[in-house]
Amino acid sequence: MAVQEFLSPRSLSEAQAAVGEGATSSWLAGGTDLLVGIRLGARDPARVIDLKQIPELTAIEVGETSVRIGAAASAFDVLHNSDVPSLFPGLAEALNLIGSTQITGRCSAGGNLCNASPAADSIPALIANGAQCRILGPEGERTLAVEDFVVGPNKNALAPGELLVELILPRPAIGTSDAYLRLTPRTEMDIAVAGAGVSITLNESGACTAARVAIGAVAPTALLVEAAGEALVGSPLDQPAIDAALAAVRAAAKPISDKRGTAEYRTHVVGILVSRAIANVQARIEEARA
Amino acid sequence: MNKPLNKMAVQATINGESTAFLCSPGQVLAEVLRDELDLIGTKIGCNTGDCGACSVLLEGRLVCSCLVLAAEVEGKSVQTVEGVADGGELHPVQQKLLEHGGLQCGICTPGVVIAAKALLEHNPDPTEEQARYWLAGNLCRCTGYDKIIRAVLDAAKTMREEAA
Repeated sequence: MAVQEFLSPRSLSEAQAAVGEGATSSWLAGGTDLLVGIRLGARDPARVIDLKQIPELTAIEVGETSVRIGAAASAFDVLHNSDVPSLFPGLAEALNLIGSTQITGRCSAGGNLCNASPAADSIPALIANGAQCRILGPEGERTLAVEDFVVGPNKNALAPGELLVELILPRPAIGTSDAYLRLTPRTEMDIAVAGAGVSITLNESGACTAARVAIGAVAPTALLVEAAGEALVGSPLDQPAIDAALAAVRAAAKPISDKRGTAEYRTHVVGILVSRAIANVQARIEEARA
Repeated sequence: MNKPLNKMAVQATINGESTAFLCSPGQVLAEVLRDELDLIGTKIGCNTGDCGACSVLLEGRLVCSCLVLAAEVEGKSVQTVEGVADGGELHPVQQKLLEHGGLQCGICTPGVVIAAKALLEHNPDPTEEQARYWLAGNLCRCTGYDKIIRAVLDAAKTMREEAA
């Protein structure tokens, strides 16, 4: 079997009509996972529906209260947006780590999320920032938090015919920043052994008023570690609070052992990454206030 | 009754020329460039977006043409290594790769030329680190990269001097 049909809808309603009847369809965003999957025989759609001609799917809109990133907007476009990298430096760090320059030019945060790899770089950064998924389907529209969108390794929550339209991130409050760090054996072009996304809000006296900590590559899906965020809130990010957050992160991590690292190593390293990400966020907030 | 051919007609601007071709819905751009349009400068290495040998510019952006469906380029512009030299005159990136010996077997070279050209259009004065990161998706098993990087930085210098 091979791809029998290529469709390029111009609107959301055309996209829904295109997926409508019969053949197994795949949505095409940047194609950096789908086309590899077809080549390797892991994916076998009869119909490929390109999403990049639909304005909502590639738009990046920075509003007063939220930032909307079209699910098929390329990482390159997000990284070169005039506002997004300064509002979400950690999300930018994560997107910049996905593959080579060639891959960054095509891949998208929405595609990275739908592909649902346990080691995906952008997912912990999206979770840390409280991103929501706007989903359109035959039954209408629904919204799902990113941490609930991935349901298992390479499995997402989309029902047949459903489309991830955009990611909606709350605009960061004053005194908020984020960071993403990952560990790979090489400096470039590799898959995370562990990853950590952190978003923190500090008040003017330096006390933490909100925190979200997400970890990647140490469980079947990226995880929001609520207990780690709770351990930081109310503290001035002092050592006891950080130690409590790291203990929560390491308790939540359920990694496998493979050629990239043992479960014990990953559990240790993910704590180190979270502590460094916290320090980076703190430095960013202080720098913005200076 | 004849079986439908299931081919799509695509119109694109390739190396500045309006070009029409037929492709099947699942065919990738790299294959069409080589097999339908005889633009065999673009090489196919891994076919999974890892090696960068098939690098082209799509609407001015560096991509792997093995990870682009040919049908996606309808109405768009594509530049391949064949469109880099100005007639008989080599682009500074090509000239400097020759001068510095930044190529041996040559399979990665067209992709390196395209990627380096894209880098210098994006950043005329890259540091060595920036050049190495930008070119990390172009694998070369011969040179050890050092001569490629020297050539690219020298080409950048030449292009800045020409522009001044």
